[in-house]
Amino acid sequence: MSDARSDILGAVKAALKQAGGTGKADTTTVVSSSQRLGDPRANLIPARGRLGAKARVDLFIREAEQASATVARVSSLSGVPREVARFLAKNNLPMTLKVAPGIAEPAIPWTRETLLSVDEGRANGSESASVSRAFAGIAETGTLVMLSGSDNPTTLNFLPPTHVVVISASEITGDYEESWSELKEKGQDGRFMPRAVNWITGPSRTADIEQTLLMGAHGPQRLHIVIVDEETPAP
Amino acid sequence: MIGSSATEPITVGLFVTCLVDLTRPTVGFATVKLLRDAGCKVSVPKAQTCCGQPAYNSGNNPDTRAIAEKVIEAFEGFDYVVVPSGSCAGMIKHHYPSLFVNDPEMRPRAVALAGRTFELVSFLADVLKVESLEAAYDGIATYHDSCSSLREMGVKEQPRALLAQVKGMTLTEAPESETCCGFGGLFCVKYPDISGRMVDAKVDDIIATGADTLLAGDLGCLMNIAGRLHRRGSNIRVRHIAEVMAGMTNRPPLGEPVEKEKPRKEAG
Amino acid sequence: MESTTAAFRENTAKALGDAKLRDALSKLTDGFPARRREAIARLPEFDALRDAARDIKDHVLANLDFYLEAFEARVVEAGGTVHWCRTAAEARTAILRICKTAGAKTVTKGKSMIGEEIAINEHLEVHGIEPVETDLGEYIIQLRYEPPSHIIAPAIHLSKEQVADTFREKHHHLSPGRSLDEPRVLLDEARGELRRKFIGADVGLTGANMLIAETGSIVLVTNEGNADLTYSLPRVHIVIASLEKIVPTLEDATTILRVLARSATGQEMSVYTTFCTGPKRQGDLDGPDEFHVVLLDNGRTGMLGGEFHEMLRCIRCGACLNHCPVYKAIGGHAYGWVYSGPMGAVLIPGLIGIEEAGHLPNASTLCGKCEDVCPMRIPLPRMLRTWRRRQFERRQTSYPSRAGLRAWSLIARRPWLYRLGADIAVAALAVLGRARGRFRWLPLAGGWTKLRDLPAPEEGGTFISRYHLGEHGDGA
Repeated sequence: MSDARSDILGAVKAALKQAGGTGKADTTTVVSSSQRLGDPRANLIPARGRLGAKARVDLFIREAEQASATVARVSSLSGVPREVARFLAKNNLPMTLKVAPGIAEPAIPWTRETLLSVDEGRANGSESASVSRAFAGIAETGTLVMLSGSDNPTTLNFLPPTHVVVISASEITGDYEESWSELKEKGQDGRFMPRAVNWITGPSRTADIEQTLLMGAHGPQRLHIVIVDEETPAP
Repeated sequence: MIGSSATEPITVGLFVTCLVDLTRPTVGFATVKLLRDAGCKVSVPKAQTCCGQPAYNSGNNPDTRAIAEKVIEAFEGFDYVVVPSGSCAGMIKHHYPSLFVNDPEMRPRAVALAGRTFELVSFLADVLKVESLEAAYDGIATYHDSCSSLREMGVKEQPRALLAQVKGMTLTEAPESETCCGFGGLFCVKYPDISGRMVDAKVDDIIATGADTLLAGDLGCLMNIAGRLHRRGSNIRVRHIAEVMAGMTNRPPLGEPVEKEKPRKEAG
Repeated sequence: MESTTAAFRENTAKALGDAKLRDALSKLTDGFPARRREAIARLPEFDALRDAARDIKDHVLANLDFYLEAFEARVVEAGGTVHWCRTAAEARTAILRICKTAGAKTVTKGKSMIGEEIAINEHLEVHGIEPVETDLGEYIIQLRYEPPSHIIAPAIHLSKEQVADTFREKHHHLSPGRSLDEPRVLLDEARGELRRKFIGADVGLTGANMLIAETGSIVLVTNEGNADLTYSLPRVHIVIASLEKIVPTLEDATTILRVLARSATGQEMSVYTTFCTGPKRQGDLDGPDEFHVVLLDNGRTGMLGGEFHEMLRCIRCGACLNHCPVYKAIGGHAYGWVYSGPMGAVLIPGLIGIEEAGHLPNASTLCGKCEDVCPMRIPLPRMLRTWRRRQFERRQTSYPSRAGLRAWSLIARRPWLYRLGADIAVAALAVLGRARGRFRWLPLAGGWTKLRDLPAPEEGGTFISRYHLGEHGDGA
């Protein structure tokens, strides 16, 4: 396809060159393109998320609930199984779970909660509920940041009708830009993007039928966020 | 306030607009009165005809330029040019300069005219700082924000603030006051069914306010809405805001005949 | 997609007479605009973010070749392939080739306007591959063989009864007596049907809301999660996107995302915003083995640097549709092609030609509400006028209106002639209209008087003549 490639790039260059005369092509920013790519900077960040740690978590919870997620808090990772069992029972859901390998035993002591039947791995469509681990939470809009990987298969986020996400309170940032910075710091040789970064804000929804809002279009119908207050190792 | 000196009154050229000139001169007289009462020296150049919008919105830039040149010539030499219409004022203020982008002689003159051109109500409120009116009107009025006034000429609060000074008037807001009435110049005759749907929505919105009077600052909108109101059998009275502000409500509202025997209902 | 844009008048007449459509459209405009206002009220920085988003896009477009090449390099680094396509035909060929190489029988699709532009579904079907729309609205209209009527809510024109009828007809393996009265039941049925398709698909084809040069990532935005099931389950993920979707960095994409959902539906953020980068990594338990980006020109370079340059900033939020009184009256199908509303009226002539799409830029009052709400500050009314200017220059406007307008312009430039004609006409009409104050009908004014009365002129002559005779009006 090199013909098409050079044709297209040639057409782009020609159009911009011609426009240079009419001022269309003048950049409105001072920073040059290679600078912009080489040293990405945040643009304007709303003040909303710029809060202290406690207020951030409160805002995150409010926004997430506004987007129809449910939220619970536990003091440590070991409290997660009890909370998940409680949630499933309350909603009359089967007590079976597929959990992300990164938070299987011993990271979270699932076997302590004998009512739960727990498997680990990816989702294949038969599961009723899944548990994954967030990379970050964004207080600005109650958004979870999920990274794909062997520890945290993406299919867990989308296939089962009930999705539980574990997040540490300290992982809740004010804005998205902070989570990008953290992700970039973890990278090596300038490579930091996993196969998929999912921003998830509430359960799946649609209003395509007579503009009636319904949850659970194709993704999960229920999103339950469990915030762990104790400091936990980064996922 | 620009005046040739602190003691001389500011000079205003009135661009009366073709619709006012031809169909409702009362609006022109009301405009003159409002400006004179506020201390302006008003002139009405005889050579004016049309601002050129019909040609411009039809993509005919050469004819528009020819008309615009006449307007520019006729209106040079005044401190301000005032227009009882947001769309004609917007044409002069925003579109004339762009028409002459490639004309080194006319461009600065167009820009100069644009800088001095104002829609009437915003001129009274923002430039002359008029805050009180002598007018009275017995009725419940709602105000339609014509698109050009609102979006090109920044007219929103000023008419409401001035109408609040009219004794006896109750002002009520229509939820869709900012929605286009469907006039759009030639649009309403080129696509009459779409325009009809739009003006019906506007009429429904107005009727639901319970108002007995509709006011606006653009005669095109007013004729369009009045025409549909009457076709639908409504008694709502339609006037240009200048008539009410100047206390000139002796003439009948738009589209109504002169009543020979009936006693006057409206103060003014 | 085949266009019926030239039949605008017929399409419009049909739409205006459709009571169900009218109900659906009034719900739309009551809903989205109100929610957008609420979302904006909660975000004081919204207008400043619009400026920032506009500046990002202007910068990218001004350096588009640089960013396209950077994007390609990162995609390749991440293990993906970029296919450059000049035309819709080339894009169809590229996509088909990838599918055939993968031995695909079924292709699930995330919503893609570009997919409609290039009519990929028909092409796949003709070659024995089953395309399955997974966005609920797109799935419904696919079953009905209808085009989308709104760029983010494609089935907005349908009632739930119409959806139920379609499901009854098409899902014949299900019990015929089942109740399909409620939207919830309809959704659950669609979810079940599509679940099987998601899992069984060989290839997933999505669009992309943005392409990110910094990382070679593509951005998918949905509320349903269908795009995520589309790319994560099959062996092959194909992305189809047009050139102008590029943004420089993740931070730039983030800024644009802040204004996207709020402008579209009033949500703070869409439910699922996904950044995909290449195929699955070593150790991943799920994800596609192959990642392809089909980069499409199809007229974009023709717009670059020209009078429609700013149209390339569009992020397909649909705010202009939601606020347009013309769209509200006629709905999306009347525009006759993939896009609709104000952005459609500007873009469609650029992609299929102004000769065919001649009505679109004219069926507007230029009220300016679209530009008011556009998060990217695209000067839509100016561009509608530009199309009108081009039509005039190419003599594509109708003879009677050209002649009439020229006559008006000639007269308007000759004040003495204008005055003469005006004095006569006004005097005559004022007398004729004296009794009723208005006309129910007037020769040559049929377009007006069909639906409205015409107020009669005041008696006494024109303002200019009366003023210069010393009159002051009925004040002093």
